[in-house]
Amino acid sequence: MEEKVNPGGTGAALDLIEEHPILEFQHGKKITFFFDGRELEGFEGEPISSALHANGVRVYRETADMHRPRGFFCAIGKCSSCFMVVDGVPNVRTCVTPLTAGMRVETQRGRGVVPGSDEGGASS
Amino acid sequence: MKKLSTEVLVIGGGAAGLSAAAEAASAGAKVLVVESDLRPGGQLIKQTHKFFGSKDEYAGTRGFKIADILLDEINSFKDSVSILQNTTVSGYYKEDDEFTAMRGEEEYFHIKAKKTIVATGAQERLIPFPNNDIPGVYGAGAVQTLMNVYGVLPGRRVLMVGAGNIGLIVSYQLMQAGVQVAAVVEAAPRVGGYWVHAAKIRRMGVPILLRHSIKRALGEKCITGAVITGLNERFEPVGPEQQINCDLICIAVGLSPTTELLSQAGCKMMYVPQLCGNVAQRDRGMRTSNPDFYTAGDAGGIEEASAAMVEGRIAGLSAAAALGYPTEHGKLDEYWGRLQSLRKGEAGARICQGIDCVLVKDWEGVAHA
Amino acid sequence: MPDKDLEMLFNSGVLTGEREGAMLPPRDLWEGKKGGLVVVECPQRIPCNPCHTSCPTGAIMPFADINDTPRVDWTKCTGCTLCVSACPGLACLVIDLTFSEENALYKLPYEMLPLPVKGQKVQCLDREGAFLAEGTVENVTQPRKDRTHVVHVSAPKGLVAVFRSIRVVK
Repeated sequence: MEEKVNPGGTGAALDLIEEHPILEFQHGKKITFFFDGRELEGFEGEPISSALHANGVRVYRETADMHRPRGFFCAIGKCSSCFMVVDGVPNVRTCVTPLTAGMRVETQRGRGVVPGSDEGGASS
Repeated sequence: MKKLSTEVLVIGGGAAGLSAAAEAASAGAKVLVVESDLRPGGQLIKQTHKFFGSKDEYAGTRGFKIADILLDEINSFKDSVSILQNTTVSGYYKEDDEFTAMRGEEEYFHIKAKKTIVATGAQERLIPFPNNDIPGVYGAGAVQTLMNVYGVLPGRRVLMVGAGNIGLIVSYQLMQAGVQVAAVVEAAPRVGGYWVHAAKIRRMGVPILLRHSIKRALGEKCITGAVITGLNERFEPVGPEQQINCDLICIAVGLSPTTELLSQAGCKMMYVPQLCGNVAQRDRGMRTSNPDFYTAGDAGGIEEASAAMVEGRIAGLSAAAALGYPTEHGKLDEYWGRLQSLRKGEAGARICQGIDCVLVKDWEGVAHA
Repeated sequence: MPDKDLEMLFNSGVLTGEREGAMLPPRDLWEGKKGGLVVVECPQRIPCNPCHTSCPTGAIMPFADINDTPRVDWTKCTGCTLCVSACPGLACLVIDLTFSEENALYKLPYEMLPLPVKGQKVQCLDREGAFLAEGTVENVTQPRKDRTHVVHVSAPKGLVAVFRSIRVVK
């Protein structure tokens, strides 16, 4: 199964659990944000990684040396798998960072560059 | 830089931490709970099944409801307990007796506490197999967060690796969410979790393949399948390989206690296989060799949430007592009675062996030994 | 099946014969009991007792140790299904053998979707999820109003030792 970013962008159905025998989901306000320049829908205040997953996005970053894909893994802010560039800041733990309207989320390649620094720590 | 002060700092707002906070606050202590997630409740909020144990540990109540009960209890001490969410305690500096913490990714501050209860829980283990790093191989706790907290479908069809309680329960929860469970593989010759949890998914047609493991994951950018194999008594692959079509591989092969802060505080640590890792030695009050630090819940050894809640109560009680707050006589013995009864079953025997290794009678004797 | 394979099957969560904590009610009492009797399949010592604490008649006997497997005094059981919905392991069901000449009424716990409705046909499954027969839903209750439903299914009496789960086909 190759990665399918929600092709329709805004308006296409999110991969949500519509009906559950035990739980009722109360989502935050529906907002839009940007993933690599594409406008997607998500819920305000919920983790960025959950919003991306619901949009069919699986690859969040690429490792520095071997260029391996990385995505969601621990969901508790401990494993570094889901680091992404968020509003220009690299290495943001997207599983514990709440989504806000208009947020610019980008696939991180390599180690990322700290904004305002001239250290090119990016990728080797 | 901003500095917060509190009498009792509880690190981790899960089953153990919330119980510790409620107990310490009920004795009169001022408590600060620091929780790294966006909402408190830890693993409890992801559990749709009814809990085991007795009424004292909310048996028969679903996990996510237990989190609500504990939060309500804490709210009744509103003036003395505060909870900081989305905040990670990132270190303890012994020379300054201070913690560093960050709220979100940008806001840093210090915390000073008279007593600290480390209820940081556990982190997921991973097993090595080719391609285990590509998206679609997720920890079981992460899958629960995605589907049970945020209502997002984690995949369409899953291979579950591990038949401990977490693997079995999460398989059941995946089915409740509408995800197909292709199979559960378990390297041991029996399920490690409760037999009744296994029976639940077996009678819905899910195969639990004992003496089986995953050999490799398939896919380039995302998971498209898995190859599984049988294992012999020495856990070596035998027999024909089998391909499973799935877009999700859920790893439930165990947890390791999260203990960095206890190590930084100089607490005497010990590797105890029965408790699943390196944990702090403690006395009956859950106090570690550093008299200002307490351990509770999975951070002190992997066990059920019911036991974590009782340990949290004990740590909260002792921390409050150490600060001079009057506590009910006999409560400590009552809590130990509950722990002992929870630990009398099949799984409990192992836990008891582990506890025997790390429990010290009293720290004075040990410290001067 | 060789003993070794049977043991492996049991170890994977499939009951392979009566054991302590997993006994069928005595047949003579069972056959005449309107409302049915509870069948508990809980053969492992675990710290759990809601079956006893939820039982209004004392049929599920008090636990000396919370880890004991359940013991049932079937003379006191009314088939009320409170334990069916209380058991965290979904290990209790009630079977009423007085339902009709050919059929028994099986009252099973159910926490999945879709929820069946009265009159609907459902698949009766064994302990490994294999199809046994078609059954008819006679009632759907929610004894504790906590979203664990109890589905009452009429199905052949001959399935009394094997029918343990349902599949609802949309």
